[in-house]
Amino acid sequence: MLKFLQMGGYAVYLWPAYALTAAVVALNVAWARRSLRGAQAEARRRLAMLKVAS
Amino acid sequence: MAWVWFHRFGSPPHFYRLARRLTPWFAWPAALLCAAGLVGGLVLAPADYQQGDGFRIIYVHAPAAWLSLMVYVVMASSAAVGLIWRMTVAHAVAASCAPIGASFTALALATGMLWGRPMWGTYWEWDPRLTSELLLLFLYLGYMGLRNSVDDIGRADRASAVLAIVGVVNVPIIHYSVIWWNSLHQAPTVMKFGQPTMPASMLVPLLLMLAGFTACFVALLLTRARGEVLRRERNARWVGDALGQT
Repeated sequence: MLKFLQMGGYAVYLWPAYALTAAVVALNVAWARRSLRGAQAEARRRLAMLKVAS
Repeated sequence: MAWVWFHRFGSPPHFYRLARRLTPWFAWPAALLCAAGLVGGLVLAPADYQQGDGFRIIYVHAPAAWLSLMVYVVMASSAAVGLIWRMTVAHAVAASCAPIGASFTALALATGMLWGRPMWGTYWEWDPRLTSELLLLFLYLGYMGLRNSVDDIGRADRASAVLAIVGVVNVPIIHYSVIWWNSLHQAPTVMKFGQPTMPASMLVPLLLMLAGFTACFVALLLTRARGEVLRRERNARWVGDALGQT
C-alpha cells in the first residue's frame, strides 16, 4: 500500500495531478447543476410574474 | 430522414426533454469507465521503462487535453450552426461548452506542468504545444468574457459565435504542433495513424479514461444546455409544462 502511494518517487507530482482532476470534475458537476437550477428558478419566477400580470 | 432529426433536435422543448432523459445514460457510463480506467492505469498497468510510475499522469492529462480540443470543436461547430440556421438550441449548446472547455484546458495545462517538472526538469517552457494550448485557454476565456459583456442574449450568441469560429484555426495548430515544430512535448501516442506506441495494458486504461471523460462532457453539456435553452425561451409556452415535470 505504501509502495503504491509512493508511486516510485513521483508521488509529489502524480497525486496533485489526480487531486486537481477530481476537483475539476466535481466542480464541473456542481456548476452545471447550479446553472440549470438557476435557469429553472428564473423561469419559474417569470411564469409567476406573468400569471400575476394577466 | 436526417433533416427530420435536425429539425426535431432543433426544437427547444424537444431538446429540453430529450436532454433530460439522456443525461443519466452518459453520466453513469462516465463514472464506470473512469473507475475502470483508474484501476487499470494506477494499479494494473506496468511502470514505464523510462518514466517509471510518473507516466501514470497520462491517464488524467491526455483525457483533459483531448476534451480541451474536442469541446472547442463542438463549441465552434454549434456556434456556426446557430449563426447560419439561427438555431436557438445550437447557440445554447455553444454557450454551454465554454466553461467546461475552459476548465479542462486549465486542467490539461496544470497536469502537464506537474508531468513536465520531473520529466523535462521544468514546469513551463514557451514550447509550441504549451503556448498554443495556453492560447486555447485565452480563447475560451475571451469567449466567456465577450458573452458577459453583452446584455442581450441573442447579440451575445452571434458575437461570441464569430469569435469561436475564428478561433478554431488554433485547434489543428495545437494538434500538429508536436509534429511541425521541434517540441519538448512528446508526439501523439493514440491519435495518429498506424500502430499505437503503447502495449495494451497501458493503452486500454487510457482509452477507458478518454471514453469516460467524453461521456462526462456530454452529461455536463446536456445539463448546462437545458438551462441555456430555458434562458433563451423564457417567453415560450412550453416552458411552463416542462418545468411542471421537473
